[in-house]
Amino acid sequence: MLRKIRTAVAVAVIALLTYGFIDFAGVIDNPLLQKIQFGPALLSLSIVTLACLIVATLLLGRLYCSVICPLGIFQDFFNWLSKKFDKKKKYGYKPEQPWLRWGVLAVLVIAWLCGFTFLVGLVEPYSAYGRLAVELFRPVYLLGNNLLASIGELFGSYRFFKVAVSLQSISAFVVAILTLLVIGHFSYHYGRTWCNTICPVGTLLGFFSRFSLLRIRIDKDRCNHCLACQRKCKAYCIDSANQQIDYSRCVDCFDCIDACKQKAIYFGPVKRHSQAESVDESKRQFLKSTLVLAALAPAAVQAKVTGVKDTRVPMSPPGSVSHRNLLGHCTSCHLCVSKCPSHVLKPAGLEYGLGGIMQPVMKFDDGYCNFDCNLCSQVCPAGAIKPLTVEEKHRTQPGRVVFNKDICVVNVNRTSCGACAEHCPVQAIHMVPFEGGLTIPETTPEMCVGCGGCEFICPVKAVHIEGNPIHLEAKAPEQDAVIETQDFDFGF
Amino acid sequence: MDRRDFLKTLAAAGALVTVKSSGMMDVMASTVPSTGAAAAADNADLAAVMNGEPAAMLEAAMKELGGIGRFIKKGDKIVIKPNIGWDRTPELAGNTNPDLLVALIKMCQDAGAAEIKVFDHTCDNWTRCYDHSGIEAAVKKAGATMVYAHEQSSYERVDIPKGVSLKNAQVHKAIIECDKWINVPVLKNHGGALMTCAMKNHMGIVWDRRAFHSRGLHQCIADICTYKPAVLHIVDAYRTVATNGPQGRSASDVVLTKALFASPDIVAVDTAAGKFFTGINKSIKFENIEHIPDGQKLGLGTMDLESINVKRIKL
Repeated sequence: MLRKIRTAVAVAVIALLTYGFIDFAGVIDNPLLQKIQFGPALLSLSIVTLACLIVATLLLGRLYCSVICPLGIFQDFFNWLSKKFDKKKKYGYKPEQPWLRWGVLAVLVIAWLCGFTFLVGLVEPYSAYGRLAVELFRPVYLLGNNLLASIGELFGSYRFFKVAVSLQSISAFVVAILTLLVIGHFSYHYGRTWCNTICPVGTLLGFFSRFSLLRIRIDKDRCNHCLACQRKCKAYCIDSANQQIDYSRCVDCFDCIDACKQKAIYFGPVKRHSQAESVDESKRQFLKSTLVLAALAPAAVQAKVTGVKDTRVPMSPPGSVSHRNLLGHCTSCHLCVSKCPSHVLKPAGLEYGLGGIMQPVMKFDDGYCNFDCNLCSQVCPAGAIKPLTVEEKHRTQPGRVVFNKDICVVNVNRTSCGACAEHCPVQAIHMVPFEGGLTIPETTPEMCVGCGGCEFICPVKAVHIEGNPIHLEAKAPEQDAVIETQDFDFGF
Repeated sequence: MDRRDFLKTLAAAGALVTVKSSGMMDVMASTVPSTGAAAAADNADLAAVMNGEPAAMLEAAMKELGGIGRFIKKGDKIVIKPNIGWDRTPELAGNTNPDLLVALIKMCQDAGAAEIKVFDHTCDNWTRCYDHSGIEAAVKKAGATMVYAHEQSSYERVDIPKGVSLKNAQVHKAIIECDKWINVPVLKNHGGALMTCAMKNHMGIVWDRRAFHSRGLHQCIADICTYKPAVLHIVDAYRTVATNGPQGRSASDVVLTKALFASPDIVAVDTAAGKFFTGINKSIKFENIEHIPDGQKLGLGTMDLESINVKRIKL
């Protein structure tokens, strides 16, 4: 029964989560399930979310890993698939690998402190799944939609509309493919091994789950040591011979409950006469040394790693405050990339340096940032893009305009254009009289909001936006004198 | 083909060859008004209306022009092409007034139009433009079809034989496939073209607008207007973005002008609107809005409002 409920909830959660990632029509503009993920909550220090998840783990164990974590649920799907193909599939018991788990976590913490967030994003489970959804599932969904739209159009229906399907970035696509292969391989053959060796969230929640109130328990009187539970345990955490369960690795999948013919396994509160757990001294020592190492991690490393520079300064999304803030918080789940209605946000290559690969960067190849849109700042679960109201966004300057008069068509061809000024929502580029009746752009960079409308439309790229590593406040446009509305007539 | 039509065709063909080969003898081209002679004597060639609500001004104008039945026939497949370029609410006048469109759709339905499609290739994100302009909702409610124009697959490359700078362009299939289309621009200031109106509104039927900007905006605007002329141009000047156009920065750029201009002659209607506009924003000189004389040179119509039957109405 518990297992069935777990499965039903998990299927519903992953369906909604995935839809949140692939939806392009604004049906779910601000997906809720994305906001309760442990990794982003930790990086954004969302105390409430973190507290809820930790309390839930202290109460129920790592249920999070079975019903909230999309990568966990995704792995269960592969696990289910493997059982379909191999009816006799068996797991066993394997002792915990604390050094590996905590070692990986330590490396990630150090990488993060050194500004190498890329590595954290690579294995943070929610973000890894996000990229699978955005880079791999979404294009398939869009193609399906376009097919529907084409059929509709044939019959004169405009109920569905076509959308552009394009590769967001090679690096993100390759990473998503590799993630799929690695996760698929691990989960198909080794159950939840990934979650109990590599996954940083698994390790952290595993620390709390060993103290959980409700947990899988073996009724020692009923148990006949048949090993059925152990063989079913995809986390390799039931030592049936000794009637012991490693709660740091149990993900509350409840498969063992259904497997036990003796009804010796149940999910319940800690027994009254439970033995005090032995303190793992080596683990303590390890944690201490990790903390010391982390504290000593030199800031100089960060400077080196992020020192890779393009000729242009990249522009981080409005609300990200600074490149540094983005780097410190973003695990590249690509929810913002998926939600950006103007296709401006793209996964970065080396624009932010090695540490920021795949983090969102503003690019104006396919569109420009809509003046009144603040969607990316609303959806970010990690505090990498902080929420902005539309009014706040109007005053935020993630980058500013640069005009190169030497190649402007007005100057070179002596023809009128004004496409840049036309697209500027604040008239930080406006047209001023030039030779003959022509007008030529003039910029007021302090007013620029970096939307990239000018860069997008300029036929010769005589205007472009240069990013601000630390975002500035855009100067408010001066109010124009209101035109007298009385003295006009037909005029002809 | 009667004698009058024959002569017109001949003159048009002559003008075309002339313009194509030398670009001279503009006078000859400009002597071929797209309206005029064929219309019944008492029908106006251009109607200018002031001081009314959009629907009332449209009604008054169409009465002077001889009714919508002069331009469309029962069973026609019609496209109405407003300006929906910007993510702006109707109060900010970045787009054509939705009330005007609803009134026009009703007229076309009453005239027996078989199909009415509405679209624009927007500048800002299309879903936001369609939504915030109020146009998508109004059009659907009125019973017409809102067509999408944000995907290149909706466009087809066509030749523009009369084009001077623009020899071909990717034009929206709705325009290519329809029987007749009605151009419904909104009158606004424009940083580059100085004024945007009926001719400039044609940039919303093409896909690659950058080409216009790199090849000379004014001439390309005139060129695209020769592709498949709309049967009627209705200029919405109910609210006018007088400065900082075409988007306008705020409500302070918008003047409540309460005017409307309608004509089958695109050059005449832009001339009228241009003279009206330069009376509001006096810093702009009418002579500098080059695409209007460029259009006249291509034989799209006449700038000489004295030579045609203009009706001015104040409600």
